[in-house]
Amino acid sequence: MNRRRVSFGAAVIALLFLLAGTTGVAREKETKASAAANPAPVLLIHNATIITVTHGTLENGDILIKDGKIAAVGSALKPPADAQVIDASGQFVMPGIIDCHSHIAVDGDVNEGSVSVSSMVNIADVLNSDDPAIYRDLAGGVTEANVLHGSANSIGGQTVVIKLRWGQPAAKLPFEGALPGIKFALGENPKRSNFRGFGLPERYPATRMGVEETIRGAFTEARDYKKSWDDYNKHVAAGDKNLIPPRRDLKLDPLVEVLEGKRYVHAHCYREDEILMLLRVAKEFGFHVQTLQHVLEGYKVADEIAAAGTGASTFSDWWAYKVEAYDAIPYNAALMTRRGVVVSVNSDDAAEATHLNQEAAKSMRYGGLTRDEALKLVTLNPAIQLGIEKRVGSIEVGKDADLAIYNRDPLSAYAVVQKTLIDGRVYFDRERDLAGRAALEQEKKELLQKAKKSAEKKADGKRAEEKKSEEKKPEEKAKPPQVRIDEGGAR
Amino acid sequence: MKASNMKLRVPSLTLGCLLLGGTLFGQNVPATDTAITHAKIFTLAGVPVEDGTLVIHEGKIAAVGVNITIPAGAKVIDAKGLQVYPGLFDPITQMGLSEISAVGATVDTTESGSFNPDLVAATAVLPSSAHIPVTRAAGITEVLAVPASGGFDSARATNLIGGQASAINLAGWTATEMLIRKNAAMVVDWPEIATRSFDYSTFSTKEKPFSDAKKDYDKSVDQLTNWIAESRHYAQVAAASGAAYDRDVKLEAMILVVRGEMPVLVFADKARDIRNAVEFCENQNLKMILAGGGEAWKVKDLLRSKSVPVILRPTLDYPIEDDDAYDRLMTQPAELLAAGVKIAFGSFDNSFARRLGQQAANAVAHGLAYEDGLKAVTLYPAQILGLDDELGTLETGKIANLIVTNGDPLELTTEVRYLFIKGQLTSTDNKQKDLYEKYLNRPPAAK
Repeated sequence: MNRRRVSFGAAVIALLFLLAGTTGVAREKETKASAAANPAPVLLIHNATIITVTHGTLENGDILIKDGKIAAVGSALKPPADAQVIDASGQFVMPGIIDCHSHIAVDGDVNEGSVSVSSMVNIADVLNSDDPAIYRDLAGGVTEANVLHGSANSIGGQTVVIKLRWGQPAAKLPFEGALPGIKFALGENPKRSNFRGFGLPERYPATRMGVEETIRGAFTEARDYKKSWDDYNKHVAAGDKNLIPPRRDLKLDPLVEVLEGKRYVHAHCYREDEILMLLRVAKEFGFHVQTLQHVLEGYKVADEIAAAGTGASTFSDWWAYKVEAYDAIPYNAALMTRRGVVVSVNSDDAAEATHLNQEAAKSMRYGGLTRDEALKLVTLNPAIQLGIEKRVGSIEVGKDADLAIYNRDPLSAYAVVQKTLIDGRVYFDRERDLAGRAALEQEKKELLQKAKKSAEKKADGKRAEEKKSEEKKPEEKAKPPQVRIDEGGAR
Repeated sequence: MKASNMKLRVPSLTLGCLLLGGTLFGQNVPATDTAITHAKIFTLAGVPVEDGTLVIHEGKIAAVGVNITIPAGAKVIDAKGLQVYPGLFDPITQMGLSEISAVGATVDTTESGSFNPDLVAATAVLPSSAHIPVTRAAGITEVLAVPASGGFDSARATNLIGGQASAINLAGWTATEMLIRKNAAMVVDWPEIATRSFDYSTFSTKEKPFSDAKKDYDKSVDQLTNWIAESRHYAQVAAASGAAYDRDVKLEAMILVVRGEMPVLVFADKARDIRNAVEFCENQNLKMILAGGGEAWKVKDLLRSKSVPVILRPTLDYPIEDDDAYDRLMTQPAELLAAGVKIAFGSFDNSFARRLGQQAANAVAHGLAYEDGLKAVTLYPAQILGLDDELGTLETGKIANLIVTNGDPLELTTEVRYLFIKGQLTSTDNKQKDLYEKYLNRPPAAK
């Protein structure tokens, strides 16, 4: 719904970064990258209200962090001599927020919309570590995001879980050891019902029945493909030589991984019927649906979802933006939780991700979840859904020091993130952000000035050249100047 | 479904039924005096009244304070431990005009063509829209229904003058019963100098040279200028000739606008567009209200000096530019108010109308005084739309649109216990609560 605007000024600056390579952000990146190579500092978060999510809330507590991990949680911990102390008096520490449905840090479009089964494409190939959404979501306490393709296709592309290590290169973003996933999509989006009349071509499937058959068809192929490889491997193991291996199929490889439990299925869905459809298809082919995404009618079939051991990742209070969202209720997360489903609340939107703590709090009002249950919706539960709960999602000794520090109770709309830590490093610090703003503003001014000057110079040079070439080769047409400054065009 | 609902009605409303002895689903039952007693009353017209009483008579606030005599026969609500506030006012929604935003058949926000001043939102407000009770449950008692202000259809629209926004109460059997003011403001979608736009036929971003974008922009502004000039001439003729002149429905609708009696609600976000719009409205003697104002902070002195108030886009959106501070939209309300610019918060939506309080709270978390946060969703929108004689505070003589809550109405976990519109206790039950209760009681599924 939000009209996203693209800034020309920002584009100019980005261009300059590429050209010059020695700007502030680039410099900061170098520092951060070299910091990452060094061991994480020993940190003591001192005198905070610590919401562990799994072991209650500790008043006036300390957290000791060593080698990027939580080393101790308790009262009046004695800091080692080399420890840096973060005085968090009056502040609240909770596990970093895990966003189970995100499209940040993606370079370009999120949909390979040309085919109904696009399992060959991988979002990890197009991670963009320069997306400002990484920083902004970090400033909302988010430490992990499940980065997914869009929902144009019944079977979409391969997905990746990232840590929001702002300033690190794209290769450092993926969560080490997290199982990769694949996006599925059911209902209105893969059947393109809201996109007709925009001049897009008709495509199969155009019904929910067709969506089921698209998935069944793909897994039938994948099963045969897997069998041909299994047979081949068996023969090879038995000492058979001179066998020709089956032809690699990049579309089917990820589906075989799904069948083998090596890749999670994250399925976009809305209506109760399609939820049950997918659970049936999964049973038929013997794979597991790790999470249902959006799942706005999940509350209608919560027992069936719980019985399948499938997680549900939903919105707090979105509704009525399309027919399949018309029965959405803000009680969805609470109702499914009460029926035994592991539930998370996600963003699906870079701006929404900056206040997931607030979105979680709504399940206390709508459906009466307890404080810890509400906070689990954006911490431990999404960790379980992404299979990373041994590493993150609660404040426990041995887990990654991925934490969000708020100035107030994070279940309040008045709470503001003060610091966000990943692997025991402070990746967002509100004080530092505030202190740096004047310098950034100055730098922006200087860069715009520089861009203007260089554009003028270039235009002058071009004109001189054109003049020259006109004299010599009058038949050649001059090209328009390549850089244009819009900012001066105000009325 | 209904039977199970009746059984499950929440305690507070059961209590309400007993106390008031009437069914509360519908909306207006015959007027009786009501007294809310022992409440902490946030009148927003002075310090909160502790252990106060508020009396409602014939839909209006008859008395508020301490030591108030309760009229004989009045229904009494003991609100000990509870708090009373003016109902929240969402000054930009498509309430009643849009049901399911992706389904054109249910959307009546945006007409084709670019000059539609004769359209009136109240004409197409659907009183039985499911959005109305859902929004009510968040403590919102009145909204501005704004044509050409959002939804899938307006994304592709070419409206410059989109129609008249209507202020409505969120209760009533008909749109007429709901009406507060039919023609509260004329919607102007200020043309942007846009070099990039989203092309729906290819679902991709299209670019055009600045000079072309500027040409398109100039054309639109010329059109606007011509319409205003025509309207002004028309108004002069109408005033001079009494009943005997050739009528034109569109120009007729512009008379109040060119006389400066109906404000123009101008949608613009970028500083350049805001500057241009302010200059235009000043030259044309139009009374401007800015809607959106994503970069209002950049032109705050201009807005103050020209007395242009702003209905701000949601604070929880991302800022306009990639290189803006991450909290830019949350800090700007305090900054604007400090600079002397009048502000209000708007949801710009139906589904997210219930986030109005949350939007204000996030601005409070970023420097806005709490009282201003409260007023920016009650009194300030009423003032901006010229409705503060009737709405916005709890003062004698004003329409009794108010809420009784168990806490701060801007906070996420606060519940609205009682809601009054035009003095009538009005249900906060809704489609979503019904579905909740239905499925809460689904027997365990067969294994």
